[in-house]
Amino acid sequence: MTRNEIVISVKDLTKKFGNFTAVDHISFDVRKGEIFGFLGANGAGKTTAMRMLCGLSYPTSGDGKVDGYDIITQSEDVKKHIGYMSQKFSLYENLTVAENIRLFCTIYGMSNKEIKEQSSRLYSYLDMEGMEKTLVKDIPVGWKQKLAFSVATMHNPAVVFLDEPTGGVDPITRRKFWELIYEVSSKGMTVFVTTHYLDEAEYCNRISIMVDGKVAALNSPEGLKQEFHAETMDEVFRKVASQAKRTE
Amino acid sequence: MNEGIVISDITKSYGKTKALDGVSFTVDEGELFGLIGPDGAGKSTLFKILATLLLPDSGNAAMTGLDVVKDYRKLRTEIGYMPEKFSLYQDLTVKENLEFFASLFGVNIKTNFDLIAPIYKQLEQFPNRLAGNLSGGMKQKLALSCALIHRPKVLLLDEPTTGVDAVSRSEFWDMLSDLRKHGITILVSTSYMDEAKLCERIAMINNGHILAVNTPDKLAESIGEILYNASADDIFRLLTELREIQGVKECYTFGATLHIVAEKDFSPESTIEILRKKGLKDVKIYPAHATIEDLFIKLMQNDTQ
Amino acid sequence: MLKPWMKFSAKWHRKPRELNRMAIIQSLIKKETLHVLRDTRTVVITLVMPLALLLLFGFAISTEVNKVKVVAVTENFTDEVRNILQEFQINEYFDFMGLVGSYEVEEMLRAGKTDAAVYLKTDKGNLTSQIIVDASNTTTAQTATVYIQNILNRQQVSSNVLIRTLYNPQLKSSYNFVPGILGMIFILICAIMTSVSIVGEKENGTMSLLLVSPIKPRTIIFGKLVPYFLLSCIILGVMLAISYTVLGIPFSSSVLNVIWVSLLYVVLSLSIGLLVSTIVNTQLTALIVSAVAFMLPVIMLSGMIFPIDNMPAILQWISCIIPARWYIDAMRRLLIQQLELWMIWEDIVILAGMTIFIMAIAVKNFNKRK
Repeated sequence: MTRNEIVISVKDLTKKFGNFTAVDHISFDVRKGEIFGFLGANGAGKTTAMRMLCGLSYPTSGDGKVDGYDIITQSEDVKKHIGYMSQKFSLYENLTVAENIRLFCTIYGMSNKEIKEQSSRLYSYLDMEGMEKTLVKDIPVGWKQKLAFSVATMHNPAVVFLDEPTGGVDPITRRKFWELIYEVSSKGMTVFVTTHYLDEAEYCNRISIMVDGKVAALNSPEGLKQEFHAETMDEVFRKVASQAKRTE
Repeated sequence: MNEGIVISDITKSYGKTKALDGVSFTVDEGELFGLIGPDGAGKSTLFKILATLLLPDSGNAAMTGLDVVKDYRKLRTEIGYMPEKFSLYQDLTVKENLEFFASLFGVNIKTNFDLIAPIYKQLEQFPNRLAGNLSGGMKQKLALSCALIHRPKVLLLDEPTTGVDAVSRSEFWDMLSDLRKHGITILVSTSYMDEAKLCERIAMINNGHILAVNTPDKLAESIGEILYNASADDIFRLLTELREIQGVKECYTFGATLHIVAEKDFSPESTIEILRKKGLKDVKIYPAHATIEDLFIKLMQNDTQ
Repeated sequence: MLKPWMKFSAKWHRKPRELNRMAIIQSLIKKETLHVLRDTRTVVITLVMPLALLLLFGFAISTEVNKVKVVAVTENFTDEVRNILQEFQINEYFDFMGLVGSYEVEEMLRAGKTDAAVYLKTDKGNLTSQIIVDASNTTTAQTATVYIQNILNRQQVSSNVLIRTLYNPQLKSSYNFVPGILGMIFILICAIMTSVSIVGEKENGTMSLLLVSPIKPRTIIFGKLVPYFLLSCIILGVMLAISYTVLGIPFSSSVLNVIWVSLLYVVLSLSIGLLVSTIVNTQLTALIVSAVAFMLPVIMLSGMIFPIDNMPAILQWISCIIPARWYIDAMRRLLIQQLELWMIWEDIVILAGMTIFIMAIAVKNFNKRK
């Protein structure tokens, strides 16, 4: 297991809806432990591409491998080796903390013994002892996010997909969340993240910017700034995204 | 009498939770004023009260000299409101939506077209597309056009840039500064701290109360802390190491670098030396300008303590 | 300093009351109509479902009893008896299984080989009879008994019981179901569709925009209700046309009465929909509340399927607050009995009272600012 091991490999991945090419021959590799920022304007094809990588949608053509499993022929195996978290739909608000953890453990096929171990490990890791019986909707947003992230990575997936995980969250919570991301990444988990906050893009090891279904730029934040003669990621993004031709 | 927005001591609770707790500030006529705070800070509740949709538990608010509770009927013709999600009829076309909202206020699109023309321009290519099939940025523009079609004196925009990409967001802010030419008072809320600098004045809100009100520059100056940027090859290790170092009050990520909130006795040179010895490469520490976000972090911490 | 645009805006700001009410209502109605029309699935459901229900209940699901299997037990073959037996053989409602010995009857009933047995006995020239019927299905049993009695009565001159079935002499159930289906359809279309569409606007946020505009809440309500009222009128027209032609309900001038009372019921259902929409906050709850709180009682307690008179007292009391009970009762009398309007004044008064009451609460709730 080296840092250079490739965990996500995508080649000419294409998805068409009728005449509309949502994702147009994208190719890239993501290494083990990398924090990979997946940026793009609304409608550039980010969500479609991410759904294909998670095994939720079949590509029209092209290949993709996630943790060595083919996203077309082994989509069930792909799902077992990834974690997924979005801001909105990650936890059940009307269940307690313990019930949520139990539910997700069961989904990932853990035995009763494993569930017990995992739960107590999580409570102490998250400083949530005593909160087991609180409904998720009643815990503060920072805890909620930490819990959702821990639940998404509980089965120790090779890659965790984060779909705008920090939208609308206060600056302190956002920063704590990114520290969690750094932590799992330093342990070798690959993080694939989309965001609208361009200062957050700076935290990523590498960034891809999608425009009109294609990967228009792919480099480290520093590399991108040099490439586009820009001071900030915000400027880079605007320069790249203004190439867009399609209005959708 | 202030012709803009005057909010004094507004409180609103939902059951046990206090959504707004003694909120007061004023917005001058024709000002572009930002209300900045995270989700759940009470921004939308305040907007609903101003839009005359909710009644405050106590306190009062007035816009263009009209009270939001007593004169709400008259006030409704003076305000343009854009709720949190772009509220449009998804199954009506672009044109039908605009016509519908114009007819609600009894106005003709043509008479006020000059006001929305720069915004509506990009939508004109597809007048017959259903609003539900527009992209986020386009929906946002249509919603703004609909909120402006009756030439309101006050424009209330509740998180107009949430979920919209950076390009559309900056276009949207350009449109807002254009609108100031027309003398419209604009109150806009956002959870993006970097948008604060685009407003003339801002109020920072957290947990239902106002943390500070001023121009973005003056607020940033008011932080009263010594700030440094720090960077190295391994940012995460740098962060954990810096937190252990004497003289570092706070250390947090800030874009490409880390921000250090330092005590007076903090010495950048000796810190760089310590970090080098621990094996970090390319360590740089240099003074940083405080931003709204730094202030928000500080005020939020004081607030919760 | 008055900028040019301010002058303009002041012009129409000064007299907001002069907003053209009709134009606003028109555009509200237009918007709602487009909304309904663009939702093709809803259009299909609202138009096809009433037809399907009407034809289903009218033809397929029949509580009429056909081909009642009957056997006879007799000792003396008098003319009377012979006539009766002949009648059983000819009559299409019966499947005459022949004469059997009295010892066989019980066995045959048990084995389901016959539904009823008729004992015919002549004593001193007088014919006496006994009917034994398999009552495991009460509906069949009751109807079969009535049929058999009818035949016996025709022959038994000596009998003083003479039964005549009025209004629906063939006891056709297709008639019977028309009022029930009308009662159900209007609750479904008006209450469910109105509440779901209003709550949908709440969820979508567009309701806030309507409320924030200078138009009055009652105008918003009016603009919401009119399209569904018109839709209900179309459905009423189609349903009546089918009832009078395909289902063969005799046509008479009472059709006007039917229409008036139905329109009253439509307005009542619309107010129920409005009331629901002021209480709930999501489309899903609107649907569930409308369905559980209104549809089920309409089906179970309105007399549509189960006769109210046979219910325990407490359910009879509950049924009184169900609007459909009164409407269905009124429709039975107007459509089938073809009574005059004044003869059902009770039903009309109750329906009108309910409409005013529910509408008042709904409008008050709708106007309330929190």
